[in-house]
Parts: sequence; structure tokens; C-alpha cells
Amino acid sequence: MRRIRSITVAIAGLAAAGLALAACSSNGATPSSTGSGAQGAASEVEVFTWWASGSEKLGLDAMVSVFEKQHPDVKFINGAVAGGAGSAAKDLLQSRLQANNPPDTFQAHAGAELTDYIDAGQIQDVSALYDQFKIRDVFPKDLIDLLTVDGKIYSVPSNIHRANMVWANPTVLTAAGLDPAAKYATLKDWFPALDAVKASGKTALSVATTWTQVNLLETILIADLGATDYAGLWTGATDWKGAKVTTALTDFQKLMSYTNTDRDGLDWPDATQQVIDGTAGFNIMGDWAVAAFEAAGKTAGTDFTYFPVPGTDGIFDFLADSFTLPVGAPHEDGAKAWLETVGSLEGQTAFNKAKGSIPARTDAKATDFSEYQQTAIASFAKDTIVPSLAHGAAASIKTLNAISDATSKFTTGASDLAAFQSELATAAGK
Amino acid sequence: MTAIATDLTAPIGRAPHDRRPATRGRFSLGRTVRYVILLAFLLVVLIPVYVLLVTSFKGAGDASPTRAWSLPTTWTMENWRAAWTALSPAILRTVQMVVPAALISSFLGSMNGFVLARWRFPGADLVFTLILFGMFIPYQAVMIPLLQLMLGAGVPSGIPSLIILHVVYGIPITTLIFRNYYMSVPSELIEAARVDGAGLLGTYAWVVLPISVPSFVVVLIWQFTSAWNDFLFAVFFSSSQNGPVTLALNNLANGALLQNYGVSMAGALLASLPTLLVYVLLGKYFIGGLMSGSVKG
Amino acid sequence: MRRTRWPIRRWGPPVLLISPSLAVVGVFVYGLLAVNAKTSATDIHTAAQATGRKPSVFVGFDNYVSLLGTAAFQHSLKNLLLYTAVFLVGTMAFGFLWAWLLDQPVRFEGVFRSVYLFPMAVSFVASGVVWRWLLNSNQDTAASGLNRLFQTMGLGFLQNSWWNNVSWGIAAIAIPAVWQLSGYVMALFLAGFRGIPTELREAARMDGASEWKLYRHVIFPQLSPVALSAVIVVGHMSLKAFDLIMSISKPANYQTKVPAIDMYVFKSSFDYADSAAVGVVLLVIVAVLIVPYLVHLSRAEKQS
Repeated sequence: MRRIRSITVAIAGLAAAGLALAACSSNGATPSSTGSGAQGAASEVEVFTWWASGSEKLGLDAMVSVFEKQHPDVKFINGAVAGGAGSAAKDLLQSRLQANNPPDTFQAHAGAELTDYIDAGQIQDVSALYDQFKIRDVFPKDLIDLLTVDGKIYSVPSNIHRANMVWANPTVLTAAGLDPAAKYATLKDWFPALDAVKASGKTALSVATTWTQVNLLETILIADLGATDYAGLWTGATDWKGAKVTTALTDFQKLMSYTNTDRDGLDWPDATQQVIDGTAGFNIMGDWAVAAFEAAGKTAGTDFTYFPVPGTDGIFDFLADSFTLPVGAPHEDGAKAWLETVGSLEGQTAFNKAKGSIPARTDAKATDFSEYQQTAIASFAKDTIVPSLAHGAAASIKTLNAISDATSKFTTGASDLAAFQSELATAAGK
Repeated sequence: MTAIATDLTAPIGRAPHDRRPATRGRFSLGRTVRYVILLAFLLVVLIPVYVLLVTSFKGAGDASPTRAWSLPTTWTMENWRAAWTALSPAILRTVQMVVPAALISSFLGSMNGFVLARWRFPGADLVFTLILFGMFIPYQAVMIPLLQLMLGAGVPSGIPSLIILHVVYGIPITTLIFRNYYMSVPSELIEAARVDGAGLLGTYAWVVLPISVPSFVVVLIWQFTSAWNDFLFAVFFSSSQNGPVTLALNNLANGALLQNYGVSMAGALLASLPTLLVYVLLGKYFIGGLMSGSVKG
Repeated sequence: MRRTRWPIRRWGPPVLLISPSLAVVGVFVYGLLAVNAKTSATDIHTAAQATGRKPSVFVGFDNYVSLLGTAAFQHSLKNLLLYTAVFLVGTMAFGFLWAWLLDQPVRFEGVFRSVYLFPMAVSFVASGVVWRWLLNSNQDTAASGLNRLFQTMGLGFLQNSWWNNVSWGIAAIAIPAVWQLSGYVMALFLAGFRGIPTELREAARMDGASEWKLYRHVIFPQLSPVALSAVIVVGHMSLKAFDLIMSISKPANYQTKVPAIDMYVFKSSFDYADSAAVGVVLLVIVAVLIVPYLVHLSRAEKQS
């Protein structure tokens, strides 16, 4: 009986300890996301991004240093969630907005990706802030036009990336009998080079999982349709079922035939790594790939070369990260302070130097940036700007998801070209 | 159901020696064959662990998928150090979350199981089925209303929210395990207590609870594991500053623009160590508890 | 087995004991499910409708009809079926085999048992990267992962594309799941084996029964409640398979689509009604499988 007693006492003791632990941890919890109700209290700002590590985090850190200098009275709270180019983060963000528990500001791709939030009335019009911070004239007009919906602007862009670049390994090209400095005017000119690399035993074109294939698809669409018709795909001016699109899809199919078979299990760094390592000759990827080359200690020109996707020279396929002001943000003044830093010259310079993209502002000093970034800045100033599909500028999330599904079906062999084209048409028609 | 006449509070012993038949039946394999097969499976099960371990000691260029099978060219502890710095606060918070959650849900399960096993009111089975069904819901389906509910109730995000959620959604499985267990407990004990004049609560506290230890072990281990490894609730109801180790590990492993595989693998092993420890130390009690009737039916 | 009967005036304490749980389950399970079901019966396919800025109407079962008629969702369901089958057969087979091997005295039983149980401790957030490496579909010269291992062991013919296959790929995704849960099934079966009284076995042998008859008429019947319990736990986890697929594959990949992934993709497209409908479909599948088992269980208990 004594043994049973002592066991009971032990269990009771454990229970008490458990409750004590629970009490301890609840005392220490920060009720940051319960909406303290202090509307307009400029004490802190919860910044929600998916930049949780790597060069993206370095960029965020650089922005934070500038922020702390410009607004020392506002505390920065990092709400970053990592994973899959923001899949976990987007899921959480959507749910929080839906449950009326928004962060103070959140990262989103500038452009059509914001339409759903705008339609749902979840983000505020910040055009007034553009005037207040005097940043209306420092962004290129093309960009502002793409960000304006019904005369209102809903976010402040922090950086610009270019999505239509080819990265190549000169050693692999030379071994395949090609001239590493050769320029290819069109896709048709490029195919023989891809054949040569394939014949030499290497992967001709490395690609990764579905979103990178969509990235590839959009560059081909730009190449075969030209800037105007490509832009027309998203306004309804261009017919998805037309012959031009069929040509583009046929070229896409041909390009996919040059790619590595394990692509669906890779993410973009793995595909770019193949070019770095010399197992692949070419890789189409946005210019965040420069960070991968630099991290591997490679020098532009000698270890790797880059050029716009053949047929898209003179066209800048842009995507921009931007920050928004949600409706019902618990600390609006803090959020506005953050937006001011994001739009400021100092903030954009620091951020982009660390992250590897280029500032959205046209008045940034080019000499502050690396060689590739300088060519990008020059291109951005004079090229035709078109919105990227794979990165939220051209189409809403729903359309992008539908296009991604159709693309995955096509590249895994579950549908043929005609079915692919009609599924794309349906997706874009949504 | 036959009651098992073993000491209910003891851990599982070795397989009884008299179990081996005097004459070899056709289905008992030779000892060597058995060892070989067991060893082969051991190696197979350990394959992913091998890759995790080996990669966690590799430097930056070495830790890549193409070099998955080779031993490190140079062994380095740098990854472990980085993983520890990144994960240790989260590990502490996870312990603070998991222990109360496991304890509270075990107690609730025990109370429910006892009432539903011993108190045959009309509809007891229906109530049990309704509770049990809660185990099967796909959580994603209820995330948004759940968020609104927790916010409306004003529960602080982070550990407090997670404790509550793990307790709530742990009730079905803990009730199931305890109910099955109590149904196989000899009723003489309960009767004896009743004859002595003990009320329901008295019987529960002084007679039933002490003999529930094996079942508590099973439930605690199961709840510990499921709360420790949960990711969905962690993402929605906490942040990287106040959340558990799965969130921190996800940020560590998946956040990088450029993967640092060595650190993510070291982090993965580090995050799994506490649960591994629980299994190693309490493994035989786990089986003993299962054996004591909680698994039947 | 006798049940103790408590007179009505003693209802107070028992009700007190279980009412917190009942209340909590009522709200957190059935309340939320009701909200979900309600959403699935509307036409809320955009964010604007979800916040009420655009009107939404009740459409009854329309979403279900269109969802089940879509080839993509049928593909997901087929994948789910295949995944569950491989997962169940794998865990039951290995769990039983290990338990059977360990039932007879073996040295280092503790070590074997701990190692087989250990994968249960590792979450897929942790092991996802490794499994992605191991299940890489490259073969021959570019092989890494398991394909490379097969080559070095002289088993090169075993190489295959793993999950990178439209029809069968999902079966490869079941491999990490089998790895994780076979140990648990083993623990269940081991407990089941050890719970069979030796007298029963000795009696059967003394009656002259052959080994096969012993298994068929004594051991398997004793183990069947255990097996059923294992099937329920493992089966319902396969319906929820999400973390695993997200870690190894990606949501857009056609090869590995299952309803849980569809639910996630719909939600991220702001298509709340379809997402909720998929959730209800999953629940119905679970109900169809579980409820008969529970009914059978309560009948069996009433008899005994």
C-alpha cells in the first residue's frame, strides 16, 4: 500500500511541476501578435518576410541597420518564416490576414500578386506615403504603372531582380567545342550550342523544380512573343490559344528535352550548382544566382558568363520585392516608418548591396554595386520592362498556381502540348 | 478478455526462457539466421541516420548530395556549434511546451478513459466514438477558424497557445489508450474500493491512478513525440522568437538562399536527440505498457 | 467482464471528470468542422469573397461535384490510395517480421528494438533533406542517393526513378513513412506476442498441433486486435501525409499530388470553398473506414 501511495505522490508531484512549468512559460511569452490595440503607437513594427537566412537575411539585416539609424524610437521585430520561397510563410500570412491578425507590414512581390489582398480589402493604399516620402519620381514610370491599380499604389518596392538571364560555364562550353563568348540572337541559334553540350556528355541546360520551369517558360514566351504580346497575355490582349504561343510551347518542350531528369527534386541552387561545378553548360535563372557563384568563389568572366535569354536582349523581365501596409496593422506608425526606410536611398543601397539585387530607385549610385549589378542597373534604365509570371508580377497567385500545375503535368509527361496549351489558356482566363 | 496476470507496474522483462519449445518447431529459425536478418534490417534502418551523421561533420564544399556516402575529408565540429547556437533556445522552449502538454493531456485521457471504461451510461460508446473521431480530422481544414478562436480567446502566441492546442488535440488518442487499458484492468480492485466506501474520485485517485503507470508511460511517450515533432501548429501559432525547435530547424534548414547542408543535418540530429533519449531510456516501459492491455482492441 | 454500475445519484463526479474534455472536443473539433463544412458549401473562391467584400452564395454540393469530376483530383485520390496501400503493407509486414524475430530470445534485443523504434522520434522537417537526397532519381553515372548505393553494392539493377514517376512515384514517398512507423507497429506486435500466455502455446503443442496450425488458430487470433489497432493508427496518418511530401517533393509536383496537398494549394490560391471541400472529403474517407470498426468494437465489447 505504501508503494502505491508513493507512486501517487510522485505522479501528483509531476503534475504540479508540469503546471508550474506551464505557468512559467506563459509569464515569459510575448503577446506580440494579439493586437495590443495601441493604434498608432510608434513603438515597434513586426516585419513579416520569408528571408530567414542566407543572403536574403543579410539584406534584411542591412535594411534593419539603416532603419535603426533613421527611426531609433521604433523597435524592429523579425517575423520571418523560412521555407520553399515562402510557402509556409504565405500560408501563415494568408491565414493571419483572414483571421484579422495582420502583421504590421509584410513582404510581397510587387504587381498582380497583390490583387487578391487588394480585392479582399486587406492592404491599404499607400499613394499618400509616396508623396509624403517624396518617392513618386524616383522609381521608373514603367514600374509605377505596373504597381498602380485603379490609380492607387499598394506597396513600396525595395529591390528589383531580373528573371531572364542565362548563366554559363565557359570551361564546359569550350570542351564542347563552342566559343564561350558567343552571343545567340534567337532561340534557334542557341539550339545547336545546346546540342553540342549534350553531345559532350554534360547536361545542356540545368533546371530545378516546377517554379524554375515556369521561370524558364516565361522567358521563352518573352523570346517568341516579344515584349508587347507577352504583356498582352496578362491583359487579355494576346490569345493563349494562338499560333505564337504554340511556337513558344514547342520551343519550351525542346528546351526541356535538354534538361536533367532529376529536376523535380531539386531547388534552384542545386541546378545553378551544376553550372558552377561544371556538370551542366547553361542554366536559366534570375539574377539572384550571382550570389551562388560569388559564394562559391567564382569570378564573372573567367569562371562563369551570363547573358540575357536568347531572343530577350533589350527586355528586362522584372520582379520586385515590396512591403505593404495591412489594414488593421497593430502599429501603423511603426509600419510607415519601416516603409519610409524601405523607400529611402540609404535603405535601398544597403539592402541591395547585401542581397545582390538592384535598387528600384533610379538615383542609386551605380558604383556602389558589383559588376553584374551595374550592368543590371544600366539595363533596367533603358530596356523594355515586362512583368515576371513566376514571381508574382504578371499574374495572381491563383493563376500562377494553375499554370504551375499545368506545367508540372506537362513536364512529367502526363499531358501533351495541345492539352498543355489549353490548360494554360484556362488558367490565365481565371 | 483474459486478464494478464503480470505485475502491472513492472517494465517488460526479457522474453521468458521457457518460451523456446523443447523441440524445434518448423517455424523457429536458427539463431544465426535470425541475427543476420536483424542485423541487415538494423543497417537498412540506419542508412538515413548514417547520411545525417556523416554530413553533419563535413565542411562547406564537402556537404553536398553528390558526396552523400563518403566520409568527411576533414572532420569539423563547426556545424554542430552553429546548430547549437541556433537551436538551443528553441530546444529549451520546446521542453517547456512538451512536458506540460504531455502531462496534462495524459491526465485528462486517464480521467476520460476511466469514466468511459467503467461507467456504462447509455450513450457511453457514442461519447467515446465522438471523442475518438477528433483524432482523425485533417488539421489544415480547421486552421483559419482555429486561429480566430485562439485570438478571440486572447491566448498569447507561442508556448501557451501550443500547450493548449496539444492538450486539446491530444485528448482523443490519450482517451483511446487509457480506455482500452482500463477495460482490461481486473474489476475486483475497483469493487474492493467501492465496498470500502470510496467515491468515484477517491477510487480514481487512490486505486486506479497508481496502477495506471504502464499506460501513462505509453501515453506520455506518444504525446511527447507528437508535440515535439509538430510543425503545423508551430508555424501558425508561434514565431521564430517564441516557438519550438521544429520552427527554428525549418528556418535553419530551409531558409538559406544557398543551402548549408552540414548545419541543417547537424541541426536535424540535435533536434531529434531529446526524443531519441526518451525512447532509449523508456523503450522497454513503452512495450511493457503496450503489453499491459492498452493496445487490445 | 462485469462493469460496475453506479446509481444515478452518483452521476455528479463522473460528469465532472469528463465534461471539460467533452466541451473542449465539442468546440475545437466539431465546432470548427462545422465552420469548415459551411465554407465548403459556398462559392467563396476568391479572397474578396472571403472577407465579405464581394457577395457569396450557398451552392450546396456543387463544389463536391465539380471537384470529384476533375481529373486532377481523381489523380490525387488515386495517389492517396496507392500511398496508403504501400504504407500499410510496408509497416505491417516489417513490424510483424521484426516482432516475430525479436519474440524469441535474442541477445541485444534492447538495441535492436531501440534502433527500430528510433525513426519515430525523427520528424520529417529534420529528415526531409536526407530523404530528398536518398530518393534522387538520377541513375547510372549521375546517380547519388540510394541509386548510387545500389551501384556500389553491385545491385545496380535495383536503380529506379523513385518518386519521379507519374504513375508510381507516390509509392516511393511511402518509403520514408514506412521507415518512420514500422518500429511502432513492431512494438504493438511485440506486446501482442508477449501477451499470449505460454500455457496456451504449450497446450496447443501438447495437443499435437503443427507450428502452422499453432499460428493460425492461436497466435493470429490473439494478434488480430493488435493488428487492427495498428491499421487504424497507421491508416489515418497516411491520410494526413503532408509534411513528408512537402519536405521531399514540392506542392506543384504532379507526381506526388495527394488531397492534403490539394487542400494546401487551394488555400494558397484563396479558394477557400474548394479547400474546405477537400477537407470534408478526407473526413468522409476516414469516417467510412473508421466508423464500421468502432461499431464492431462496441458490439464486441457488449458481448464480452
